Amino acid sequence: MASTKEYGAEADDQTASTFSLTEEDHTLGNALRYVLNKDPRVSFVGYSIPHPSEERVNLRLQTTGLPARDVLKDGLQDMMALNDHVRVTFEKAVDDYKTLQGMREMSVGASGRSGASAKSGLTHQTLSTDTK
Amino acid sequence: MKDRPSVMDLPDLPKGELPAHLELQRTRVVCAADAPSYTESVQYSGAYMAFGVDNSLRLEDFKKSFKVEVKYINDDDMEFDMIGIDAALANAFRRILLAEVPTMAIEKVFIANNTSVIQDEVLAHRLGMIPIKADPRHFEYKADDENANEKNTIVFKLNVVCTRKGDRVNNASVKSEQLIWLPEGSEMPFDTKTKFTAFGCGQDKLPEFASSPICSQYPDITIAKLRPGQAIELECHAIKGIGKTHAKWSPVATARYRMHPEIVLTEVLEDDLAEELVAKCPAKVFDIEDLGKGRKGVKAARPRDCTLCRECVRGEDWEKRVSLRRLKEHFIFTIESTGSLPPNVLFTEAIKILIDKCQRIIAELS
Repeated sequence: MASTKEYGAEADDQTASTFSLTEEDHTLGNALRYVLNKDPRVSFVGYSIPHPSEERVNLRLQTTGLPARDVLKDGLQDMMALNDHVRVTFEKAVDDYKTLQGMREMSVGASGRSGASAKSGLTHQTLSTDTK
Repeated sequence: MKDRPSVMDLPDLPKGELPAHLELQRTRVVCAADAPSYTESVQYSGAYMAFGVDNSLRLEDFKKSFKVEVKYINDDDMEFDMIGIDAALANAFRRILLAEVPTMAIEKVFIANNTSVIQDEVLAHRLGMIPIKADPRHFEYKADDENANEKNTIVFKLNVVCTRKGDRVNNASVKSEQLIWLPEGSEMPFDTKTKFTAFGCGQDKLPEFASSPICSQYPDITIAKLRPGQAIELECHAIKGIGKTHAKWSPVATARYRMHPEIVLTEVLEDDLAEELVAKCPAKVFDIEDLGKGRKGVKAARPRDCTLCRECVRGEDWEKRVSLRRLKEHFIFTIESTGSLPPNVLFTEAIKILIDKCQRIIAELS
């Protein structure tokens, strides 16, 4: 069963906790460590996978004052915002590429029609390579 | 020792920017002849506090600097440049593409007859590896205790008999196009009314498959070879899964990235040395440049073609003349799809999966 547990929050000082994430691996662990490390409110963050055959990531998070749980949530929100921006930028780049390609094909078709037909041009080319 | 300048007389470092050597270490991997150095990315937000440089990540800055440039897309492959993103995220996308974007693949094979030389288990394994042309987003995951229905299972049958007709041998090799999609569900076991699947309706009646029947992505994959008198009769059930469970569910042949190479000539190279450098490079990255008055120079004309073989920095003094680097935040990303989804859709699916992971943890923390 997927679950996320927080250890260390029972203490008076809630700024340092270890989060145990199940059914996760380096994919999320490393990305999350990166995003949290880039957060100025974080004084330490690191993760480990205690055993390779157990799907578990332990994430240690120490903050400069805020509860670790809130900072982790913010980190996850930050990562979602980053990913969303990557997705939007990527989709736009693909769309732009495809419209540009469509325009190129159209202009090629137009130039083919203005002279001899595109098909006869092709046969001419094939013939000329044959004679070489 | 007396004429050594006092530390107090040295000029102040400019605030708010990194000294050139640290900026180089932060943004580039330097590939020397023996080993690459500065391979790690500096993550800690306060790493450059002493210089008054903020190393934290702000969404606005990221939005300003992040760029995607598509190099090519076709039905199966694509290449694009991702600029201004850290390896931690680029690698997460790559790992998700390989192991966590779902596809459909044959998981259960019911063999009624197999007199070929291929053993049942090997045949079943071969069938599992065949890429299925079906959009996995139209299907649900099938739990172990769940009945097979039209939402979670695709059924194929394969019924081939090899015969001799005069000099010709029919069905000498069984190809993937001979897999026949059964949109109404299983026909097995033959002697009962209760079949292995319980389809509520025919899959060919569903709007998403009405116009594009499900089949193998490639018609010409050899499944088995037969001799006259041999036959194979079986039924395959394809279900939705991810590459983490078994590589047959991986939607990509490969998904890879490399950092963009950067080649800097640290000395002015002319004539013989220029010619030597052009000849040294097997990837033909360098071009001879006309400096006028009959002098020849050299320039790195096609750094993208560099394979980082490091031939150009090998040998006496060459490490001083050429500096070979990779840009840490410029990734050349290549995706080769196996065909269930176009490569650009696979990438957006991968991003969505990473977002879902974040959402799941947030929900579990609340």
